[in-house]
Amino acid sequence: MAEDLRRRRFLAYLLAAPTLAVAVQWIDPQRADAAVPTLPQPEEIFDLGDLQNLAAAPTANLVAVQMNRDGTASFAVPRAEVGQGITTAVAMMVAEEMDLPLDKVVVTLADARPELLMNQLTGGSNSVRSIYTPVRTAAAIARQRLVQTAAAQWGTTASSLTTRDGVISDSTGRTATYASLAVAAASSKIEAATVQLKSTSDFKVLGTPRNRVDARDIVMGRKTFGMDIQVPNAKPTMVRRPPTINGTVRSVNNQAAVLAMPGVTDVAVVSHGVAVRADTFGQCIDGLRALDVTWGPGTVDGESDASVLAKLKAAQLPMLVPGLLTEVLDAEFTFAFASNSPLEPDNAIADVRKDSAEIWSSLKVPIVAQEDIAAQLGLPVDAVKVHVAQGGGSFGRHLFHDVAAEAAEISQKMGKPVKLMWSRTDDFRQGRTHPMCTSRVRVTYALGNVVSYEQRHTSVQTEFSHGLGEMLTSYAAKLPIAGNLSFAESIFLLTQSSPYNFGVTTQLLNEIPLKFNTGSMRNIYSPNVVTAQELVVDRLAAKMGKDPVSFRRSFLRDAKLKAVFEKAVSVGQWGRALPAGVAQGIAVHSEYQGAVCCLVEIDCRPETVNRPVTDGVTGPRVTKALIVVDPGFAINPRGLEAQMIGGMNDGIALALTSSLHIKDGIPLEGSWDNYFYTRQWNTPLDMKVVIAPSGGDPSGAGELAVAPAMAAVACAYARATGTMPTYFPINHGTLGFEPYPTEPSTPQSPTNGLDS
Amino acid sequence: MSSHTFVLNGERVTVEVADDVRLLWVLRDLLGVTGPKYGCGLNVCKACTSHINGKAFNPCSVPVSAIDADDEITTIEGLPGTVGKDLHPMQEAWLEQDVAQCGYCQPGQIMSAVALVHKVRAEGRAITDADLDQIRNICRCGTYSRIRTAIKSGAANM
Repeated sequence: MAEDLRRRRFLAYLLAAPTLAVAVQWIDPQRADAAVPTLPQPEEIFDLGDLQNLAAAPTANLVAVQMNRDGTASFAVPRAEVGQGITTAVAMMVAEEMDLPLDKVVVTLADARPELLMNQLTGGSNSVRSIYTPVRTAAAIARQRLVQTAAAQWGTTASSLTTRDGVISDSTGRTATYASLAVAAASSKIEAATVQLKSTSDFKVLGTPRNRVDARDIVMGRKTFGMDIQVPNAKPTMVRRPPTINGTVRSVNNQAAVLAMPGVTDVAVVSHGVAVRADTFGQCIDGLRALDVTWGPGTVDGESDASVLAKLKAAQLPMLVPGLLTEVLDAEFTFAFASNSPLEPDNAIADVRKDSAEIWSSLKVPIVAQEDIAAQLGLPVDAVKVHVAQGGGSFGRHLFHDVAAEAAEISQKMGKPVKLMWSRTDDFRQGRTHPMCTSRVRVTYALGNVVSYEQRHTSVQTEFSHGLGEMLTSYAAKLPIAGNLSFAESIFLLTQSSPYNFGVTTQLLNEIPLKFNTGSMRNIYSPNVVTAQELVVDRLAAKMGKDPVSFRRSFLRDAKLKAVFEKAVSVGQWGRALPAGVAQGIAVHSEYQGAVCCLVEIDCRPETVNRPVTDGVTGPRVTKALIVVDPGFAINPRGLEAQMIGGMNDGIALALTSSLHIKDGIPLEGSWDNYFYTRQWNTPLDMKVVIAPSGGDPSGAGELAVAPAMAAVACAYARATGTMPTYFPINHGTLGFEPYPTEPSTPQSPTNGLDS
Repeated sequence: MSSHTFVLNGERVTVEVADDVRLLWVLRDLLGVTGPKYGCGLNVCKACTSHINGKAFNPCSVPVSAIDADDEITTIEGLPGTVGKDLHPMQEAWLEQDVAQCGYCQPGQIMSAVALVHKVRAEGRAITDADLDQIRNICRCGTYSRIRTAIKSGAANM
């Protein structure tokens, strides 16, 4: 049978609308049903992305591609754009199947749409995986309908017509633009239609490197982020926050004096602080600093790095394999608190009226935000309109809508619209974090074989109360995981797996219920779990007399991982001669149906480690980084490469420099010169990405590189220094800055800006 | 309140605001010029980097009263105007490399890059990796290597 006859047809609906509009069920149900659990490690056959697809499948709600009179096609994607490039990927899908130029496709971010249920969640690197088929189907049917319309007008058959760049032609040279047919092609009633999608071999847009659709606006300073949205009378607003996490207000002792300050219009006590609204954010800072507040306790007062670590150690689950007849390797690693801190700090505009409310914020789960804020305000859900703003980064932060809820609370209390911004210091100290955790590993081995691999991950609890929880509750019975696990345990099992043939393998999570503000940070558990695993693998290799590459070659079991691994070994010139104090490290990771291998070189020589940079952490430098990725199919190789580069810089930061130090119930970090995300002086001069797709559908990619990057850097550091690091990041033990005071909660801006 | 006058992207502007309000908020909150971004307000992240009389500076940490009437402030919005084109060569280099991810830091990155090229040219030399290592602008998406490539290529066309 010819390939085309075997290929599936996909269903969508022509909508009754003024111009052509094609709507499609917002998920591919066949994919969601595909999982048949039989293997001991759930992640390989049914991962977090599959769970999201399964949860979304029955909602059967529609999203539409619309053909406009001006020749553009528009699509409002029910996802957040926070830099990951989803708007570009979706525009490419529409351009491909419609035969439209990319710049004629306009992708916007949909408002909260409660009818989509859990299908409006941006997380788990799932967006491209979940929308690839629906978006293409809607676009392909739009093209088909335009061609049918032209054929009917010309009295010819649709199959005799061709389409290119938004123009339909016949063999006689007759042409019609999509724009001219947008109205004629519209349907007067809802009507089902089916279509075959293009074969990968026919792609002209998908699979080719493209620039971001918003690149030009960005370089001209015209891209409108949440912070840049102007809503009439939504004046700048900030909050004076307590000196410990989640502290509360006992009393405000000088409200009238602060209200009288220049520019200040309102002061209001809210759940976790005192809000100040003013003509400028600068005057908000002046006002909040002048407030005299008596504070009540927070939720983790008195906790510090040491006290949290002691609680974690007390909660570690036991190992089961005794290793009586085998050799045993035990290792334990600690990972400090870390901050997702997007560069655009949390912000939201809220305009709360007596019987309605309108919110603007970068939200990855806007439906949950809408429901929660409606409940908080005492309004029906449909009286709260939630707009999704373009986000200046997220890294997991915008899964939660804390800032939108707080803006709504403030607007309701002040009776005025507000534009709430958290200061940078608020963002580090009171914002959500990736919690501290430990990872213990026990490996038993004998006669050149690994008999067992046990990993016990113990973490301060990670909050998943942003929609994934509901998903798991609804679909728990369908998950291939036995027993009565918590949400976090289920997420852990759905995202983690060991890529090695290590005999009896168990990876378990235990959490302690400390009330820090936590949440998923890019790649959630994987960076820590994989770093612990890969350091142990290197050590095991040494004990068994092999080098890291030949050892992994013997024990890797996944074909995709083996392929990226071998490619990295050869492109990265594993084993090349390096001076003492400089070493290579290699690590692999598979998740979201993709596979990655990172190979890095790190320079740990004293002259490098001690190179001076004012107010910056130097330390070891990753001089060379190679990432080989198999994404299945790379929708936009240029965007994928960007994701890999970003993942590498995240991994370098997590391994070497970036962490929060908890002291007396609050992080000490208050600025970017305290929280050391990778800077230019830390980034590799030689950064290379090799994209090696093995075919099939696109995998998730947004978080994919973080874990193997962190692990490769850690392994390289261990080899360069001859010591296995056990506390991350490696510089956590040295506090390289003078902390800002905890009160007032936001430092005053300096006056040295002319000396940059 | 007092009156403050300066030249912004080629046009003389006057605003009524207290002396100590930092220029970033005058630009963003009062004049609606939102290219310069807030990332810290502490002269650390450099997301607000703009030019004063052709030199890089950080308006988050400059009281508006420190700006003189004849000072020429250029934000990312006014950068193309300094070369009389639709796009400055550095902006074009940014597009060639598709540097941006979320894009929030990129106006500041571009303004820092242009000032850096002018600075090393004034010192009669070409940009080195050591110069690029000195750039303090944070990019939380981690686009650093594309930034480095873009600066070198943009410098060649300046």
